[in-house]
Amino acid sequence: MIDGRRVLIILPAWNEADGLPSILKEIQAHLPGADTLVVDDGSTDRTAAVAAASGSTVAQLPYNLGVGGAMRLGYRYAHLHGYDVAIQIDSDGQHDPSYVPVLLDKLKEADLVIGARFDGEGDYKVRGPRKWAMGLLSVVLSRITRTRLTDTTSGFRACNKSLIEFFANWYPVEYLGDTVESMVGAARCGFVVRQVPVAMRERTTGTPSASPIKAMVYLSRAGLVLLLAMIRRMPPHLKAIAASAPDHRGRQLVGR
Amino acid sequence: MQLTVITSVTGLLVLVYILELLRRQQLREKYATIWLAIGVVVAPLGFFPGILDSTARRLGIASGVSLVLFAGFVLVLMVSLHLSWEASRLEAETRTLSEEVALMRSHLVEHHGYPVTKHQDSALDGTDPKVYS
Repeated sequence: MIDGRRVLIILPAWNEADGLPSILKEIQAHLPGADTLVVDDGSTDRTAAVAAASGSTVAQLPYNLGVGGAMRLGYRYAHLHGYDVAIQIDSDGQHDPSYVPVLLDKLKEADLVIGARFDGEGDYKVRGPRKWAMGLLSVVLSRITRTRLTDTTSGFRACNKSLIEFFANWYPVEYLGDTVESMVGAARCGFVVRQVPVAMRERTTGTPSASPIKAMVYLSRAGLVLLLAMIRRMPPHLKAIAASAPDHRGRQLVGR
Repeated sequence: MQLTVITSVTGLLVLVYILELLRRQQLREKYATIWLAIGVVVAPLGFFPGILDSTARRLGIASGVSLVLFAGFVLVLMVSLHLSWEASRLEAETRTLSEEVALMRSHLVEHHGYPVTKHQDSALDGTDPKVYS
């Protein structure tokens, strides 16, 4: 319980046995009121055992489904157990759990809160085609969500109860689905998206890719994902879930 | 004459192979019907490649062989499209199943002392690890 809200922190993990104990310890120290769920995405190392030993609940997928699949499982778990808030944190240690209260606070005026880089906090930099791709995504998604977004591919995000139900029923599992497409889907159904600036740390495990060819591939795939996300038909029962969300729109209009 | 030999033999082989797969119950009925129909159409065409010539001319195509080639290509395209669709559907189904398994398993671990163990090594070729980069 944090401020009367039941909070679940979801950590999708694929072979993260090395990084998990420290991030879990950090979460338990900063946020004693939150529950954690490590989604072991078909790891071949001791991820599940390590997470359980660190005192977290573990959901083990029988084989690797990718971040999207792991997150959909996380939201299904949160929905099944009636959580009010679900927060996604990467298990490689690049997200700082001390920012969680900031996200939780912003959740009072939005359904989905993104912890974003490039917004004042921190000094994370990218260059070249990858930067253009991220820029393009930011511009387009800012228009769709009618708010300023600087880091659309951030995996540090919080969502409220209505959106948990929405994501438990619909969560895109393909490339960039867990970040870009899920956000577009939520926004198109009327959920309110906001961002808060956060600083991200160097990954404690794993390395980000920097090759220009990979970045170009990333750019074209991002464009395709965006296009598909815009033209995909959203089933009516999902829009019904969105309609049950707390009315942030009114407040938004008053604020203008 | 040589052309008729090769096409008729091929047509017959295809028909026999389809029938054999059906007999061994290796093809689901929904696929069986269409493949059987295709086999029945293809086999006589192998013996008499000329029988489509008049139909082809009426459609503005020079010869029956070209018509068969065109129709065959369209058919193969449709079949592979259908298989992609089928594969997507199956993947969505297994995905949902594996999520369900994981949910039940976490419940069993929590409440019934089911062991948290390392996975068996089978079926762990990591289908989509790229998304983590």
